[in-house]
Amino acid sequence: MKKFTTTLLLVLAAVQLFAQTADAPEGLYASDRIYVVVIVAGIILLGLIAFLFSIDRRLKKIEKKSSGKN
Amino acid sequence: MNKIWWKILGSVLVVYSTIAGFLAPVPKLPILHETIRNLYFHVPMWFAMIVLFTISVVNSVKVLRSNKPVDDLKAVESVNTGIVFGILGIVTGAIWAKFTWGQYWSFDVKQNFAAISLLLYFAYLVLRNAIDEEQKRAKISAIYNIFAYPMMVVLLFVLPRLQDSLHPGNGGNPGFNSYDLDSRMRMVFYPACLGWIIIGYWIYTLLFRLRAIDNNSAI
Repeated sequence: MKKFTTTLLLVLAAVQLFAQTADAPEGLYASDRIYVVVIVAGIILLGLIAFLFSIDRRLKKIEKKSSGKN
Repeated sequence: MNKIWWKILGSVLVVYSTIAGFLAPVPKLPILHETIRNLYFHVPMWFAMIVLFTISVVNSVKVLRSNKPVDDLKAVESVNTGIVFGILGIVTGAIWAKFTWGQYWSFDVKQNFAAISLLLYFAYLVLRNAIDEEQKRAKISAIYNIFAYPMMVVLLFVLPRLQDSLHPGNGGNPGFNSYDLDSRMRMVFYPACLGWIIIGYWIYTLLFRLRAIDNNSAI
């Protein structure tokens, strides 16, 4: 009986290990939140590319003006 | 400054800091975990913004001394570039905050004052566009800019330190450098800051040259 209870206790102790994986962080909290960094770097790239487009538009206006002159 | 070497240097530094920013080892920290890597992306945005606003205020002082329209164009274009970096800084900060502080905008003093200092510079652009006469516009906006700059410094670096804040470096909350920013992280963080500052300066020179051509062709 003693052996049985110790075995049971040890098995129950092992169940906790499974329980831990059950509430593992999901979504952006997964993998130690590395995806947050991916999003931040992506936003910086997108922002700067959008800025490039706006500079391009300004340049186009100037080009149009100067080509109209000549 | 029309040489190409510093542009290559800036590009190399930014590419290096991005790759190393994702791959280099970082200290294991509670709550932050891997998001500590945002330090290489979020913080250099603000440094680039501050350098660009500093360029702007120097040129504003020049405008008042020399009355040259060129200096006025330099001042406004560096603010234009700086604001883009400021917006990127505030958006990336909000996302970082969501996953470490719990909310995008928790009305933390640092967040609020950063937003106000950006509004200060939006006001600069609005004020500038509201005045038609060129000489007057250059002078009034230069004076406004000279007042806005110290306000921005106080809002970002002085007032947040006097209150409780979640942001590192404020209100009894030590900055990263005191214990987290170990030497491994410095090897990536400093090149990242320098690289983004150079890239910001590069974009500013492009905008300025564009504006200068536009102004010359208008005359």
